[in-house]
Amino acid sequence: MISTEQTITVTINGTTYEREVAARKLLIHFVRDDLDLTGSHIGCDTGNCGACSMLVDGTLVKSCMMLAVQADGATVETVEGLSDGDELNRLQASFREHHALQCGYCTPGMLMSATALLREKPSPSDDEIRKALQGNICRCTGYWNIFEAVKAAAQ
Amino acid sequence: MLLREVGYARPSSLAEAIELLRADDGARALAGGQTLINVMKARAGSPDALIDLNGIDSLRGIDLAADGTLSIGAMTTYSEIVASAEARARPIIGEVCAQIADVQVRNRGTIGGNICTNDPTNHLPPLMAALGATMTIAGADGERTVTAGEFFLGVYLTAVAQGEVLTKVTVPAGRGDGFAAVTLGVDGTCIASAAASVNGSVTVALGCVDAVPVVVEPASASADDVRAAIEAAGIDPPSDVHASSAYRAHLSQVLAVRAVNQAQGAA
Repeated sequence: MISTEQTITVTINGTTYEREVAARKLLIHFVRDDLDLTGSHIGCDTGNCGACSMLVDGTLVKSCMMLAVQADGATVETVEGLSDGDELNRLQASFREHHALQCGYCTPGMLMSATALLREKPSPSDDEIRKALQGNICRCTGYWNIFEAVKAAAQ
Repeated sequence: MLLREVGYARPSSLAEAIELLRADDGARALAGGQTLINVMKARAGSPDALIDLNGIDSLRGIDLAADGTLSIGAMTTYSEIVASAEARARPIIGEVCAQIADVQVRNRGTIGGNICTNDPTNHLPPLMAALGATMTIAGADGERTVTAGEFFLGVYLTAVAQGEVLTKVTVPAGRGDGFAAVTLGVDGTCIASAAASVNGSVTVALGCVDAVPVVVEPASASADDVRAAIEAAGIDPPSDVHASSAYRAHLSQVLAVRAVNQAQGAA
Protein backbone atom coordinates (compact mmCIF):
# COMPACT_ATOMS: atom_id res chain seq x y z
CA MET A 1 0.00 0.00 0.00
CA ILE A 2 1.48 3.31 -1.11
CA SER A 3 0.84 6.21 1.23
CA THR A 4 2.28 9.68 1.72
CA GLU A 5 1.94 9.47 5.48
CA GLN A 6 2.49 6.68 7.91
CA THR A 7 2.48 5.99 11.64
CA ILE A 8 5.89 4.81 12.76
CA THR A 9 7.28 3.48 16.02
CA VAL A 10 10.92 4.20 16.70
CA THR A 11 12.94 3.61 19.84
CA ILE A 12 15.54 6.33 20.26
CA ASN A 13 18.08 6.19 23.10
CA GLY A 14 15.74 3.85 24.99
CA THR A 15 12.54 5.90 24.59
CA THR A 16 9.85 4.62 22.24
CA TYR A 17 8.06 7.21 20.11
CA GLU A 18 4.98 6.65 17.99
CA ARG A 19 4.35 9.42 15.47
CA GLU A 20 2.50 10.15 12.27
CA VAL A 21 5.13 11.12 9.72
CA ALA A 22 5.15 12.20 6.05
CA ALA A 23 6.95 9.77 3.76
CA ARG A 24 9.03 12.65 2.41
CA LYS A 25 10.49 13.49 5.82
CA LEU A 26 14.14 12.61 6.28
CA LEU A 27 15.13 10.76 9.43
CA ILE A 28 17.28 13.69 10.59
CA HIS A 29 14.31 16.09 10.35
CA PHE A 30 12.07 13.66 12.21
CA VAL A 31 14.59 13.32 15.03
CA ARG A 32 15.37 17.04 15.28
CA ASP A 33 12.05 18.70 14.47
CA ASP A 34 9.40 16.19 15.55
CA LEU A 35 11.18 14.75 18.58
CA ASP A 36 13.24 17.82 19.50
CA LEU A 37 16.42 15.75 19.79
CA THR A 38 18.66 18.43 18.34
CA GLY A 39 22.01 16.86 19.21
CA SER A 40 22.37 15.40 15.73
CA HIS A 41 23.20 18.16 13.27
CA ILE A 42 22.44 18.91 9.64
CA GLY A 43 25.60 20.10 7.94
CA CYS A 44 25.75 19.65 4.19
CA ASP A 45 22.45 17.82 3.65
CA THR A 46 24.08 16.02 0.73
CA GLY A 47 25.50 12.97 2.45
CA ASN A 48 29.05 14.24 2.62
CA CYS A 49 29.71 15.82 6.01
CA GLY A 50 28.48 13.17 8.45
CA ALA A 51 27.15 15.64 11.09
CA CYS A 52 23.81 13.75 11.00
CA SER A 53 25.40 10.33 11.65
CA MET A 54 23.46 8.04 13.97
CA LEU A 55 23.15 4.34 14.62
CA VAL A 56 20.06 2.60 13.25
CA ASP A 57 19.73 -0.95 14.57
CA GLY A 58 23.42 -0.75 15.42
CA THR A 59 24.46 0.35 11.94
CA LEU A 60 26.10 3.74 11.39
CA VAL A 61 24.17 5.79 8.81
CA LYS A 62 23.89 9.36 7.60
CA SER A 63 20.34 10.22 8.60
CA CYS A 64 19.95 12.83 5.84
CA MET A 65 19.99 9.97 3.32
CA MET A 66 17.29 7.89 4.95
CA LEU A 67 13.55 8.50 5.26
CA ALA A 68 11.97 8.54 8.70
CA VAL A 69 9.45 5.90 7.55
CA GLN A 70 12.39 3.59 6.83
CA ALA A 71 13.22 3.66 10.54
CA ASP A 72 9.82 2.21 11.49
CA GLY A 73 10.41 -0.48 14.10
CA ALA A 74 14.09 0.40 14.43
CA THR A 75 16.24 1.14 17.45
CA VAL A 76 18.11 4.39 16.94
CA GLU A 77 21.04 5.79 18.91
CA THR A 78 22.01 9.45 18.74
CA VAL A 79 24.59 11.56 20.57
CA GLU A 80 22.08 12.27 23.36
CA GLY A 81 22.25 8.60 24.34
CA LEU A 82 26.00 8.56 25.01
CA SER A 83 26.24 10.31 28.36
CA ASP A 84 24.72 9.10 31.60
CA GLY A 85 22.88 12.28 32.56
CA ASP A 86 25.58 14.95 32.92
CA GLU A 87 28.26 12.30 33.17
CA LEU A 88 30.21 12.11 29.90
CA ASN A 89 31.07 8.65 28.71
CA ARG A 90 34.66 7.59 28.14
CA LEU A 91 34.72 8.67 24.51
CA GLN A 92 33.11 12.05 25.18
CA ALA A 93 35.47 12.68 28.08
CA SER A 94 38.37 11.83 25.82
CA PHE A 95 37.14 14.38 23.24
CA ARG A 96 37.13 17.03 25.98
CA GLU A 97 40.49 15.93 27.32
CA HIS A 98 42.16 16.08 23.89
CA HIS A 99 40.50 19.28 22.71
CA ALA A 100 38.88 17.29 19.90
CA LEU A 101 36.36 20.00 19.12
CA GLN A 102 36.46 23.67 18.41
CA CYS A 103 33.07 24.87 17.15
CA GLY A 104 31.54 21.48 17.95
CA TYR A 105 29.30 21.27 14.91
CA CYS A 106 30.74 18.00 13.62
CA THR A 107 31.14 16.50 17.10
CA PRO A 108 27.82 14.58 17.35
CA GLY A 109 28.61 12.79 14.10
CA MET A 110 32.25 12.22 15.00
CA LEU A 111 31.18 10.70 18.32
CA MET A 112 28.69 8.34 16.68
CA SER A 113 31.20 7.22 14.04
CA ALA A 114 33.79 6.60 16.75
CA THR A 115 31.18 4.78 18.85
CA ALA A 116 30.41 2.46 15.93
CA LEU A 117 34.12 1.83 15.39
CA LEU A 118 34.93 1.05 19.03
CA ARG A 119 32.00 -1.33 19.32
CA GLU A 120 33.19 -3.30 16.33
CA LYS A 121 36.91 -2.94 17.03
CA PRO A 122 37.69 -2.08 20.66
CA SER A 123 41.40 -1.78 19.84
CA PRO A 124 41.52 -0.27 16.35
CA SER A 125 44.74 0.44 14.48
CA ASP A 126 45.61 4.03 13.60
CA ASP A 127 44.54 3.38 10.03
CA GLU A 128 41.24 1.87 11.14
CA ILE A 129 40.50 5.00 13.21
CA ARG A 130 41.21 7.26 10.23
CA LYS A 131 39.10 5.14 7.89
CA ALA A 132 36.23 5.06 10.39
CA LEU A 133 36.13 8.86 10.54
CA GLN A 134 36.43 9.34 6.80
CA GLY A 135 32.74 10.07 6.38
CA ASN A 136 32.84 12.94 8.87
CA ILE A 137 34.10 16.37 7.94
CA CYS A 138 35.50 18.86 10.46
CA ARG A 139 35.93 22.38 9.10
CA CYS A 140 37.87 23.60 12.14
CA THR A 141 40.57 21.21 10.88
CA GLY A 142 40.67 19.42 14.19
CA TYR A 143 41.22 15.96 12.76
CA TRP A 144 44.45 15.32 14.58
CA ASN A 145 42.94 15.92 18.01
CA ILE A 146 39.84 13.92 17.12
CA PHE A 147 42.06 11.04 16.08
CA GLU A 148 44.00 11.33 19.37
CA ALA A 149 40.78 11.39 21.37
CA VAL A 150 39.43 8.24 19.74
CA LYS A 151 42.78 6.49 20.11
CA ALA A 152 42.99 7.35 23.79
CA ALA A 153 39.38 6.23 24.40
CA ALA A 154 40.17 2.91 22.75
CA GLN A 155 43.04 2.10 25.08
CA MET B 1 16.04 19.61 2.61
CA LEU B 2 12.35 18.89 2.36
CA LEU B 3 11.59 16.46 -0.42
CA ARG B 4 8.67 16.94 -2.74
CA GLU B 5 5.65 15.00 -1.46
CA VAL B 6 6.13 11.34 -2.25
CA GLY B 7 4.28 8.09 -1.66
CA TYR B 8 6.01 5.21 0.06
CA ALA B 9 5.53 1.48 0.33
CA ARG B 10 7.74 -1.22 1.79
CA PRO B 11 6.69 -4.52 0.20
CA SER B 12 7.95 -7.74 1.75
CA SER B 13 7.98 -9.77 -1.46
CA LEU B 14 9.45 -9.27 -4.92
CA ALA B 15 6.08 -9.99 -6.58
CA GLU B 16 4.46 -7.23 -4.55
CA ALA B 17 7.25 -4.78 -5.43
CA ILE B 18 6.89 -5.51 -9.14
CA GLU B 19 3.12 -5.05 -8.91
CA LEU B 20 3.52 -1.68 -7.19
CA LEU B 21 6.12 -0.51 -9.73
CA ARG B 22 3.95 -1.61 -12.64
CA ALA B 23 0.87 0.12 -11.28
CA ASP B 24 2.39 3.62 -11.36
CA ASP B 25 4.71 5.04 -14.03
CA GLY B 26 5.95 7.55 -11.48
CA ALA B 27 6.98 4.90 -8.96
CA ARG B 28 10.67 4.16 -8.49
CA ALA B 29 12.50 1.44 -6.62
CA LEU B 30 14.38 2.67 -3.54
CA ALA B 31 17.51 0.64 -2.81
CA GLY B 32 20.10 2.08 -0.41
CA GLY B 33 19.01 5.64 -1.16
CA GLN B 34 22.56 7.00 -1.07
CA THR B 35 22.06 8.53 -4.52
CA LEU B 36 18.30 8.69 -4.99
CA ILE B 37 17.50 10.63 -1.80
CA ASN B 38 20.02 13.31 -2.78
CA VAL B 39 18.72 13.38 -6.34
CA MET B 40 15.27 14.02 -4.88
CA LYS B 41 16.57 16.81 -2.63
CA ALA B 42 18.05 18.53 -5.67
CA ARG B 43 14.76 17.98 -7.58
CA ALA B 44 16.83 16.32 -10.29
CA GLY B 45 14.31 13.52 -9.93
CA SER B 46 10.88 13.60 -8.32
CA PRO B 47 9.27 10.17 -8.22
CA ASP B 48 5.59 10.03 -7.29
CA ALA B 49 6.21 7.02 -5.10
CA LEU B 50 9.15 5.12 -3.65
CA ILE B 51 8.93 1.35 -3.51
CA ASP B 52 11.42 0.47 -0.78
CA LEU B 53 13.17 -2.81 -1.52
CA ASN B 54 14.76 -3.01 1.95
CA GLY B 55 11.99 -5.26 3.25
CA ILE B 56 12.56 -8.01 0.69
CA ASP B 57 14.89 -10.57 2.26
CA SER B 58 15.28 -12.60 -0.94
CA LEU B 59 17.16 -9.69 -2.56
CA ARG B 60 19.89 -9.78 0.08
CA GLY B 61 22.76 -12.17 0.55
CA ILE B 62 25.75 -13.77 -1.14
CA ASP B 63 25.95 -17.35 -2.41
CA LEU B 64 29.06 -19.15 -3.58
CA ALA B 65 28.36 -22.18 -5.78
CA ALA B 66 30.62 -25.24 -5.89
CA ASP B 67 32.01 -24.15 -9.26
CA GLY B 68 33.02 -20.76 -7.86
CA THR B 69 30.10 -18.80 -9.32
CA LEU B 70 29.17 -15.93 -7.03
CA SER B 71 25.57 -14.72 -6.76
CA ILE B 72 25.10 -11.41 -5.00
CA GLY B 73 21.59 -10.23 -4.16
CA ALA B 74 20.90 -6.76 -5.55
CA MET B 75 20.12 -5.34 -2.10
CA THR B 76 23.36 -6.56 -0.54
CA THR B 77 25.22 -3.57 0.90
CA TYR B 78 28.85 -2.70 0.17
CA SER B 79 29.65 -3.36 3.84
CA GLU B 80 28.09 -6.82 3.64
CA ILE B 81 30.17 -7.59 0.55
CA VAL B 82 33.36 -6.32 2.22
CA ALA B 83 32.70 -8.54 5.26
CA SER B 84 31.62 -11.60 3.29
CA ALA B 85 33.83 -14.71 3.29
CA GLU B 86 31.99 -15.99 0.19
CA ALA B 87 32.65 -12.77 -1.75
CA ARG B 88 36.39 -13.35 -1.30
CA ALA B 89 36.09 -15.99 -4.00
CA ARG B 90 36.50 -12.99 -6.30
CA PRO B 91 38.44 -10.66 -3.99
CA ILE B 92 38.40 -7.59 -6.24
CA ILE B 93 34.69 -7.06 -5.60
CA GLY B 94 35.19 -6.53 -1.87
CA GLU B 95 38.37 -4.50 -2.47
CA VAL B 96 36.52 -2.08 -4.74
CA CYS B 97 33.45 -1.89 -2.49
CA ALA B 98 35.78 -0.92 0.38
CA GLN B 99 36.88 2.13 -1.68
CA ILE B 100 33.37 3.50 -2.16
CA ALA B 101 32.70 6.73 -0.24
CA ASP B 102 32.73 6.14 3.53
CA VAL B 103 31.51 3.77 6.26
CA GLN B 104 28.04 5.30 6.47
CA VAL B 105 27.45 5.15 2.72
CA ARG B 106 28.83 1.61 2.51
CA ASN B 107 26.44 0.54 5.27
CA ARG B 108 23.39 1.64 3.26
CA GLY B 109 24.48 1.60 -0.40
CA THR B 110 23.89 -1.57 -2.38
CA ILE B 111 25.50 -3.30 -5.35
CA GLY B 112 22.17 -3.21 -7.17
CA GLY B 113 21.67 0.49 -6.55
CA ASN B 114 25.19 1.24 -7.74
CA ILE B 115 24.84 -0.51 -11.09
CA CYS B 116 21.19 0.44 -11.68
CA THR B 117 22.12 4.09 -11.22
CA ASN B 118 24.83 3.61 -13.85
CA ASP B 119 26.42 6.92 -13.03
CA PRO B 120 29.52 6.90 -15.26
CA THR B 121 31.63 7.82 -12.20
CA ASN B 122 30.50 4.73 -10.25
CA HIS B 123 33.10 2.00 -9.73
CA LEU B 124 30.90 -1.06 -10.06
CA PRO B 125 29.62 -0.75 -13.67
CA PRO B 126 33.13 -1.06 -15.21
CA LEU B 127 34.08 -3.71 -12.65
CA MET B 128 31.03 -5.84 -13.44
CA ALA B 129 31.69 -5.43 -17.17
CA ALA B 130 35.31 -6.59 -16.79
CA LEU B 131 34.40 -9.57 -14.61
CA GLY B 132 31.82 -10.84 -17.10
CA ALA B 133 28.99 -10.49 -14.59
CA THR B 134 25.41 -11.12 -15.62
CA MET B 135 22.38 -9.34 -14.23
CA THR B 136 19.07 -11.00 -13.45
CA ILE B 137 16.02 -8.79 -13.90
CA ALA B 138 12.56 -9.80 -12.67
CA GLY B 139 9.28 -8.48 -14.04
CA ALA B 140 5.66 -9.51 -14.33
CA ASP B 141 6.53 -12.05 -17.03
CA GLY B 142 9.30 -13.73 -15.05
CA GLU B 143 13.06 -13.39 -15.02
CA ARG B 144 15.67 -12.68 -17.66
CA THR B 145 19.42 -12.58 -17.40
CA VAL B 146 21.52 -10.12 -19.40
CA THR B 147 25.22 -9.41 -19.90
CA ALA B 148 26.87 -6.16 -18.84
CA GLY B 149 26.87 -5.08 -22.49
CA GLU B 150 23.11 -5.50 -22.61
CA PHE B 151 22.54 -4.07 -19.14
CA PHE B 152 24.28 -0.69 -19.27
CA LEU B 153 22.42 1.41 -21.83
CA GLY B 154 23.26 5.03 -21.06
CA VAL B 155 23.94 7.58 -18.34
CA TYR B 156 21.54 6.65 -15.49
CA LEU B 157 19.94 4.15 -17.86
CA THR B 158 19.96 0.36 -17.72
CA ALA B 159 17.97 -2.57 -19.12
CA VAL B 160 15.80 -2.55 -15.98
CA ALA B 161 12.51 -1.18 -17.33
CA GLN B 162 9.61 0.37 -15.44
CA GLY B 163 7.92 -2.41 -13.50
CA GLU B 164 11.09 -4.47 -13.27
CA VAL B 165 13.59 -5.07 -10.47
CA LEU B 166 17.22 -6.17 -10.61
CA THR B 167 17.34 -9.21 -8.34
CA LYS B 168 20.93 -10.41 -8.43
CA VAL B 169 24.34 -10.08 -9.96
CA THR B 170 26.11 -13.30 -10.95
CA VAL B 171 29.88 -13.33 -11.27
CA PRO B 172 31.71 -16.32 -12.77
CA ALA B 173 34.72 -17.87 -11.04
CA GLY B 174 38.11 -16.21 -11.47
CA ARG B 175 40.87 -14.55 -9.48
CA GLY B 176 42.99 -12.56 -11.93
CA ASP B 177 41.33 -9.21 -11.48
CA GLY B 178 42.44 -5.63 -10.99
CA PHE B 179 41.01 -2.17 -10.55
CA ALA B 180 42.55 1.29 -10.60
CA ALA B 181 40.97 4.71 -10.33
CA VAL B 182 41.87 8.35 -9.96
CA THR B 183 39.39 10.04 -7.65
CA LEU B 184 38.85 13.46 -6.10
CA GLY B 185 40.58 12.81 -2.82
CA VAL B 186 40.75 9.30 -1.40
CA ASP B 187 37.55 7.39 -2.18
CA GLY B 188 35.86 10.47 -3.67
CA THR B 189 34.15 11.03 -7.00
CA CYS B 190 35.85 9.24 -9.84
CA ILE B 191 37.70 11.05 -12.64
CA ALA B 192 38.72 7.91 -14.50
CA SER B 193 38.76 4.21 -13.71
CA ALA B 194 39.73 0.90 -15.24
CA ALA B 195 38.87 -2.66 -14.28
CA ALA B 196 40.72 -5.65 -15.68
CA SER B 197 40.34 -9.38 -15.75
CA VAL B 198 43.02 -11.77 -17.05
CA ASN B 199 41.28 -15.07 -16.50
CA GLY B 200 42.29 -16.73 -19.75
CA SER B 201 41.76 -13.80 -22.10
CA VAL B 202 42.35 -10.17 -21.15
CA THR B 203 39.34 -7.89 -20.66
CA VAL B 204 39.53 -4.23 -19.66
CA ALA B 205 36.55 -2.01 -18.88
CA LEU B 206 37.01 1.75 -18.69
CA GLY B 207 34.87 3.99 -16.49
CA CYS B 208 34.17 7.74 -16.74
CA VAL B 209 35.02 7.94 -20.43
CA ASP B 210 31.61 7.30 -21.97
CA ALA B 211 27.94 6.87 -21.00
CA VAL B 212 28.52 3.17 -20.38
CA PRO B 213 31.65 1.17 -19.50
CA VAL B 214 33.90 0.84 -22.54
CA VAL B 215 35.11 -2.75 -22.86
CA VAL B 216 38.31 -3.51 -24.76
CA GLU B 217 40.08 -6.82 -25.22
CA PRO B 218 43.85 -6.38 -25.58
CA ALA B 219 45.70 -9.11 -27.47
CA SER B 220 47.83 -9.76 -24.39
CA ALA B 221 48.43 -8.39 -20.91
CA SER B 222 51.49 -6.43 -22.02
CA ALA B 223 51.34 -2.68 -21.41
CA ASP B 224 51.84 -2.00 -25.13
CA ASP B 225 48.91 -4.21 -26.11
CA VAL B 226 46.68 -2.67 -23.43
CA ARG B 227 47.48 0.86 -24.63
CA ALA B 228 47.06 -0.16 -28.27
CA ALA B 229 43.64 -1.65 -27.58
CA ILE B 230 42.49 1.59 -25.94
CA GLU B 231 43.89 3.66 -28.83
CA ALA B 232 41.99 1.43 -31.26
CA ALA B 233 38.75 1.88 -29.29
CA GLY B 234 38.87 5.60 -30.17
CA ILE B 235 37.44 6.84 -26.89
CA ASP B 236 36.31 10.47 -26.68
CA PRO B 237 35.85 11.14 -22.95
CA PRO B 238 33.92 14.18 -21.70
CA SER B 239 35.74 17.25 -20.36
CA ASP B 240 34.76 18.85 -17.10
CA VAL B 241 36.22 21.00 -14.34
CA HIS B 242 38.22 18.05 -13.00
CA ALA B 243 39.82 16.75 -16.19
CA SER B 244 39.97 17.54 -19.89
CA SER B 245 39.00 14.94 -22.44
CA ALA B 246 42.64 14.41 -23.39
CA TYR B 247 43.70 13.97 -19.76
CA ARG B 248 40.91 11.44 -19.13
CA ALA B 249 41.98 9.51 -22.24
CA HIS B 250 45.57 9.54 -20.95
CA LEU B 251 44.47 8.40 -17.48
CA SER B 252 42.47 5.57 -19.05
CA GLN B 253 45.62 4.07 -20.50
CA VAL B 254 47.65 4.54 -17.33
CA LEU B 255 44.90 3.05 -15.14
CA ALA B 256 44.22 0.18 -17.53
CA VAL B 257 47.88 -0.84 -17.42
CA ARG B 258 47.84 -0.66 -13.61
CA ALA B 259 44.65 -2.71 -13.42
CA VAL B 260 46.01 -5.34 -15.78
CA ASN B 261 49.26 -5.53 -13.80
CA GLN B 262 47.30 -6.05 -10.59
CA ALA B 263 45.16 -8.67 -12.33
CA GLN B 264 48.24 -10.56 -13.49
CA GLY B 265 49.66 -10.52 -9.99
CA ALA B 266 46.43 -11.93 -8.60
CA ALA B 267 45.92 -14.58 -11.27
